[in-house]
Amino acid sequence: MKRIIYREWRIEPARYWGLLALLLAVIGGGAAAALYTEHVGHWVTGMNNSVVWGTPHIFAVFLVIAASGALNVASIGSVFGRSAYKPLGRLSGLLAVALLTGGLLVLVLDLGRPDRLIVAMTHYNFRSIFAWNIFLYTGFMVVVIAYLWTMAERTGNKYTHSVGVFAVLWRLALTTGTGSIFGFLVAREAYDTAILAPMFVLMSFAYGLAIFILVLLFAFAQEGRPIGDQMLRRLSRLLALFVAGVLYFTLVYHLTKVYGAQHYGLVSWILRDGGAYTLLFWIGWVLVGGLLPIGIIYHPVLGAQRGWIVAACTLVILGGLAAMAVIIIGSQVYPMPMFPGHIVLESGIPGGAGGLPAPYAPTLPEVLLGVGGVGVALFIAAVGVRVLQFLPESLADDIVDPHATLRASKA
Amino acid sequence: MMNDAHEKIDQERRRFLGTAAGVTTAVVAPGVFLHTVATAQSSDAEGRTEGATSAHRWGMLIDTTKCADGCDACVTACNRENGLDLQAKPEGQSEAEWLQQRSAWIRKVKLQDQVSGRISNLPILCQHCEHPPCVDVCPTGASFKRADGIVLVDRHTCIGCRYCMMACPYKARSFIHAEVEEKLTRAPRGKGCVESCTLCVHRLDRGELTTACAEACAKDGHGAIVFGDLKDPDSALSQALRAQPNRQIREDLKLNTGVRYAGL
Repeated sequence: MKRIIYREWRIEPARYWGLLALLLAVIGGGAAAALYTEHVGHWVTGMNNSVVWGTPHIFAVFLVIAASGALNVASIGSVFGRSAYKPLGRLSGLLAVALLTGGLLVLVLDLGRPDRLIVAMTHYNFRSIFAWNIFLYTGFMVVVIAYLWTMAERTGNKYTHSVGVFAVLWRLALTTGTGSIFGFLVAREAYDTAILAPMFVLMSFAYGLAIFILVLLFAFAQEGRPIGDQMLRRLSRLLALFVAGVLYFTLVYHLTKVYGAQHYGLVSWILRDGGAYTLLFWIGWVLVGGLLPIGIIYHPVLGAQRGWIVAACTLVILGGLAAMAVIIIGSQVYPMPMFPGHIVLESGIPGGAGGLPAPYAPTLPEVLLGVGGVGVALFIAAVGVRVLQFLPESLADDIVDPHATLRASKA
Repeated sequence: MMNDAHEKIDQERRRFLGTAAGVTTAVVAPGVFLHTVATAQSSDAEGRTEGATSAHRWGMLIDTTKCADGCDACVTACNRENGLDLQAKPEGQSEAEWLQQRSAWIRKVKLQDQVSGRISNLPILCQHCEHPPCVDVCPTGASFKRADGIVLVDRHTCIGCRYCMMACPYKARSFIHAEVEEKLTRAPRGKGCVESCTLCVHRLDRGELTTACAEACAKDGHGAIVFGDLKDPDSALSQALRAQPNRQIREDLKLNTGVRYAGL
């Protein structure tokens, strides 16, 4: 591999400031929504005493798991020794920090009392996986920043491997922790299964890589830096593999649920009778987020075209949001199994009776807050690549992997 | 030439980072200091009453065969006792949505057996578990169990994350979705925190041995709710539990609830 030169992202100021202004507007929308909700209370959201986590949590959890997934690219290079991925390591680390910041901000700003954040930092209950996650998340930031330093600073290069190994273990713990937020909940039928943790790990691989590829392609295209076809093929094939992994875990999740007779109701509700949630599952999670992108990436013609790779990544992200909606909202609206063998005729609150799902409809402030988190993540990434040397000058195949052109000519 | 420029240390950038670190410290430090002062003061104010002891464990037996169809005396009494009837629907909110969002500590449930068609009525409230999932998941420890078995929320440390509501198998907790103008001293209530049935802890701490719901049920002549001390073998509750078969809701979770049901 030739020596890789990293350079700041130098697109013309007008375009750059335009992009920042756009992201700031998105962030402004999120900030306004958060202030409004905090000021008047959560009644302006669609959330209620049955569906206590709503649309902001779809975005927050998506961003948090995508963050650990984005770091994978760096790990593949420096931990698993794939030299072709090494030039991507810095951007991978930056995106990991950016996405995590965006996700955590959404989570924090949706609290009933965001002003008590300091309480969350001074009072801990270590039986709570949430409390552990506070350390896993802040620790992740520190580890990734250290990792970035070892990659960027010549004197730190010798630590890249060991810090990288530590980062891999940490990110696995982080996503396991995030999955366990749901997996450890015995009360709700759709949760209460350890498989959610590894499923979240696979989801993080897929969503993080999809965002990584999109950001990489956008940044390079805007400035006219080259990316080799082999490089892109490598990344997109890896994405397809991760997406297939998500589908596999989805299948096993439903098989474990359907095996016990007590969960027939839940499984048939998600797969057949759940209305909007059934659509989100089949159309969003499985088709848009799974089968279509795999089909595009492995298609002999489409899979080689950049526009289609962008489409595949976008579909993975949309499908990921749909999957989060099914996991987070769907599992809450489905009635809790309090009285097996009985039909609930009245429950004291509307919606809980007759086995009907609880009502939930997202409102504008929720959506603005969630999208605002995405804005924050992209803003950090945009500023990062502009002021520091995160992006390699070229990802042409002969630069990244001199043997690639040779192989291609033989083939 | 380009490389030369990069080899030079960018002094401007260093200065900027240094200033940024200084500003951050200046912003965060006073908050940390004030918080320490605040917590120190609140702990000084403690000790007004004797603490709860594990000599008691408060609980209930609800006899569903005595719980009358259409009666909501327990719900009304709880609402009045704990100021829940003072909640006001925010202007512009629909009635249906508000019913989903307003706080409710106790609610009446009507069930039909799928095989026999038999109808049962019962109130659902916080079950005051021995192993409460809400306490396990609470990140700050705001959800806690007193020595006498009552599960409460410390409204000073609740950050409103609602993880306890995700974890509660009984849907017994409520989040305060809107500003609360009027509230009672014995049941303070603030926007953005979670709350649930306290087993009328303010009464117990005054030495009264009944809850608003049990009292109202008895007053209406149903007597479906027996409140008492699970640890006292001679209490009315212990005797009632011995006298008739009873069970816990979601027994499979092995939470050892303080609230038991007969006739279900």
